[in-house]
Order: sequence, then structure tokens, then C-alpha cells
Amino acid sequence: MQRNDVSQALGTGVVIEAIESMTGAESIAPEHVGRGRLPATGYVPSAIAVDPALQREVETLLCRQAAMLDAKAWAAWCGLFSNDGIYWMPATPDQTDWEAEASIFAEDAYLREVRMGRLQHPNAWSQAAAWATNHLVGNVMIESAASDRVEVYSRFQMMEMRRDDIRHFGGSYRHTLVREQGTLKIALQRVDLTNGQGLYEYVLQAWV
Amino acid sequence: MTAIDLDYLVQPDRVHRSVYTDQSLFDLEMEHVFEKIWVYCGHESQVKKPGDYWTLQIGRQPMVMVRGQDMRIHVLYNRCPHRGVMLCGNQSGNTGKHFVCSYHAWSFNLDGKISAIPLAKGYEGTRLSFDDPQASMVPAARVDSYRGFVFASLSPTGPSLTEFLGDSKVAFDDICDRSPVGEVEAVPVCHRVMQRSNWKFFMENQLDSLHPSVTHQSTGVPARRIENRLKAEQGKAPLFFHYLSTFASSFDQWDSVQTVNFPNGHGILKAYMGLRPTDPDTVEYEALMKKAYGEEKAEEYLSRSIHHVLVYPYLSVQSPLQQLRCLRPIGPDRTLSEIWHFRLKGVPEAIYRRSLWYFNLVNSPATMINADDLENWTKGQQGLQSKGGEWVSFHRDFGRDTEADGVSYSNRGTSEVVMRNQFKAWKAYMQPVVAGAKA
Repeated sequence: MQRNDVSQALGTGVVIEAIESMTGAESIAPEHVGRGRLPATGYVPSAIAVDPALQREVETLLCRQAAMLDAKAWAAWCGLFSNDGIYWMPATPDQTDWEAEASIFAEDAYLREVRMGRLQHPNAWSQAAAWATNHLVGNVMIESAASDRVEVYSRFQMMEMRRDDIRHFGGSYRHTLVREQGTLKIALQRVDLTNGQGLYEYVLQAWV
Repeated sequence: MTAIDLDYLVQPDRVHRSVYTDQSLFDLEMEHVFEKIWVYCGHESQVKKPGDYWTLQIGRQPMVMVRGQDMRIHVLYNRCPHRGVMLCGNQSGNTGKHFVCSYHAWSFNLDGKISAIPLAKGYEGTRLSFDDPQASMVPAARVDSYRGFVFASLSPTGPSLTEFLGDSKVAFDDICDRSPVGEVEAVPVCHRVMQRSNWKFFMENQLDSLHPSVTHQSTGVPARRIENRLKAEQGKAPLFFHYLSTFASSFDQWDSVQTVNFPNGHGILKAYMGLRPTDPDTVEYEALMKKAYGEEKAEEYLSRSIHHVLVYPYLSVQSPLQQLRCLRPIGPDRTLSEIWHFRLKGVPEAIYRRSLWYFNLVNSPATMINADDLENWTKGQQGLQSKGGEWVSFHRDFGRDTEADGVSYSNRGTSEVVMRNQFKAWKAYMQPVVAGAKA
């Protein structure tokens, strides 16, 4: 091609002003489901108006829990639960029954005691590596509040350092709190990890 | 690449560290072992409806397993023949009646055959013909299944699936036979945990019965403490405490658990947990089994002495609890493990939940067991970089196992015959490769 052919080619052109038909993109039937197994819509919490004192009490509990986890104060953390309290991290957001589903964590008081015993055992080899976490809790909404039972939704972000690796975990908490002798205790802590079915570069050793 | 001397690298009682660390050996393993042998793709219940798919890796090849319109399962290279773009970018989903490329809308039927190309006139008179198989998605050379478990081989020749599985096919029999209707269904949760170590670490570890009471004592000891307390207070403890506490059994106890080591590197760690308590749920379940299979068969199925079955070189099947871990090697020091659970069809819910506890406590991403294994393998891989020594020792009970018809039975549970047998298989796989490379 001669140089003047190039100028000629560049001297003419087409302008697509109005799209004539959709034989291109529209001919591809959008029949596929490309978004994997997760439901398209997530859980949207309701939020009710509550006494600011209750809101503050609930937020303080969540923040203290975060501080205890970050401080590895395992016994104090276990003490936040009622005797029959459950810690549950489902594998997927659509799960509903902590005892009947393939979970990440599904622990009652006895199993939490096993995990705590393991974390504190002198020969827990994986605990020799330096590791620490940083939890932030926010977006706290009280969904229902009876005199002895409060349902709370919140979101968290957790950064973990292990040796030279940094990992991030985030998600939502749904707490069922019960009042025992004036104190709010955790009857159920449901932890929906946003990256719960993501790739794990290492496992989770402690509660989130 | 320098010449590979397999007789030097793999000796009957020790191996050279480079078999775990060397990139060129890894590349040969991928090309000549993983991309030729039968590789596990998934369970047929993962793809129930036409268009349902799961993506997976065979060696270095991105593949997709899909249910066709004719209900047959196809395993295809996950690649558009136009410009090479992956057609399924997700782990799983439903692709409808066609695979459609997101780049230029080439579309393919579920068996991989080309269906349509936009502005097809652009190809008139060119070298590209739509009848050419190269214009379609390329299928795996061979696809077969055993009792619902789907495998594919990228090599058109070689042993059949049942020949490849050999005695390790008992893994799938043992899973399915424990259902009164002989079938299982995949639980649609696949945990994926990366191991920062060569795939061989995991395969060796699964039948290594000296490590549990060392590596897992931090979980076994508190589990036993609470198991004993519950028994004292309430007269019984849930079986899952025993799952955890047995890890801390004594060295002598572990030494009594036999391993059976088959040709091709497959192997079995015999049972030790005792999964036949006499609670009402178990009694009901065993009655269902006897009704379905008769007294004798049911007894055979329920008493099979298996803890793990290894399908060498990439699968660990815990058949009595219906769980499976599949390795997808990524690099010499990186191995992806995919972790699955299966539900026995036709059994009481309590029997499912019993095995679910093991899945949640031992095989989930919050495992109280593998946390310490992963730590060992990571440090193992790093340690093997060391020039402080060239050899990995497998001397324990060398020459003291019983061999019959190519099968090695350990006379002591902790015999390192497991690793010796795996490397015998590895060497046999690599021998023709290395011979070919030299020629």
C-alpha cells in the first residue's frame, strides 16, 4: 500500500449514528448464570429505633469482643457467650442451620474450650509463628429488641499478620444477645465471611 | 536441563531433596504424569442440569466439566479456539445451552462443537473451516466415571480408569456402599486451601502415622480432656470429640495401625476411630443397611477397615466419612487442595451429621488439625532449600514390611513404606519421561 492510500483511507469513514439492529450483542441470549453459586441479593438488615443507651451497650459489647480477639484473651472472649451460646461461621450466606451445614466454624462451649486449649497448648506448633489480628466493627444496627433478647447486625473488617504475610477478612456479624443477670451475653454469633469461599492461603486458627 | 539421574534421586530408602523443589522436575511431572493419567474432575451430582459446569485444572490445563443437553458429562479445555480466551471464568455456574465467548461471541454447544460465529462471512475462503475440530472447544481425550466420580485423561492412550485406580477404587466403593441405595451426592461447598509445599508432602502425610500424636497433640490433648469430662458428667460424649482425641494416641497405638501400599503409589491407612457405636441412630442405620444388602454384605460394608485411601498422586479419600481432598499442583512449592464432602443417600440425618462434624472440625478452613500440618509442610518446603543435607530419609522399618503380589503391608504402622512405595511409583512414572528426554 502506498502512503497516499493511507491518507485516502483516513480521509473517509463511517459514523454509527443510530443503532440499526441488535444483531450483534443482543443476539447473544443472556441465558447463562455466570455469577457462581452465591445468591444475587444478600441479606439487608432491618433497623429499628432503640434507646440510645441500648445501642451504646450493644456497640460496646461488639468493640470489647474485637479487642479480646485481638488481645488473644481467649478465656475472656469465651466468657462473652451464654452457657449454650453458639459461634457459627457458615460456608455460604444461604445456610440456616449451624448443626446441619458444611460450615467453617460450628462450635458450642465445649468445642470452643477445645480450640482455646489448642491455642494455649505449648506444643501448638502453628502458634509458634508470630501472628496478630486487627478487628474493626461498625455499621451496627439493632434489628429487634425485647427486654431479654436483642438481634444485632454489624459489619467487620479484620487484618491478620502471620510471619510476613498479611491477609484480609471481612463480612457481617449477626448476633442474638440475651440478658442474663443484667448482662448481655451472646446466644448466637453468626459470622458471614465475604471471602468465606475464597481461596485460603492458610487456615483460620482463631475465631473472627 | 541437565541430565536427570533417577536412580540417584530416588533410592530405595531415601530421596534427593530436589524431587520436591526443582522446577524442571515439576514441569516434567505436569506434562508427563498429571496431563496423562486419569485426573479427578468432580462428582456427577455437581452438574445436575444441562449447562451446569465446574471448572478445574488438570496439570496446567484449565478445563471445564459440563452436563450436556444429552445429559452426558463432557470435560473440555476451557479455551475459545478463536483467540484462546477462557470461556468459563468462574468456578461454577450454568452456561445455558451454549458457551459464549465474552470477547467475540463465538458460541459452542455443550459438547464443545462450534455453534455460531458473528459475521461468519469473514472466514469464507480462509484456512479456518468450521468442520475443523480446531474451530471447536477441544474435549479431554478420555472421560470416564466410577460410581458417579468423574475422571478425565488428556492422553488418548494408556491404562483404563479402572486399571489406573487398581485397588484404590475401594475408596469409591466404600463411600457409596455405606448408602443403602449405593449412591452419594456432593455437598455443594468446596473449601480451597493452598499448601505452600510440594504436592508430595500431602500425599506422604496422609498415611504417615507417626506424625499425628506429635503434630496434633495440641488439639488431641484438650479434646480428650473434655471428652473424659463429658463422659464422667453425662455418661457419654459426642463421637466428634473422639475424632479429635485419637490424634493424640500414643506412639505404640499408632504403630499398630497398618498401612497397605499398592502398585502405582496408591495406599490405605486402616481404620482406627471406631465408627460403629450402639446409639439408636447407628442401630437404625445398620438395620437399613441389612435390609438393603442382606446381613453378610451389610456387615462387610460396615466393617471395612479404612481410614484413608490414597489415589496416587493427587487424591486422599476418607471414605468412611465421605470426604475427599483433591490436589491441584500449581508449582513445586504451591499446591491447591480442594476439599469436598458427600452425603449418603437414604440414611438418617444423624448419620450425615456425624460425618459432617469431622468435615467441620478437621477439613474446614478453620480446621483444628490441618493448621499444624500446613505449618509442617511450609517449613518442610523451606527446609528442603537447605544445603545442610541432600537427602530425605525413609529408613524407618526399611526391609521389614511384608510384600505379596506387589502389595506392601506394613508390619509396624509407622513404617515409612508409605513413602518408599510412593516414590517407587513416581520413579516408574518418570522413567520413560527421562529416557525420552535423553534420547
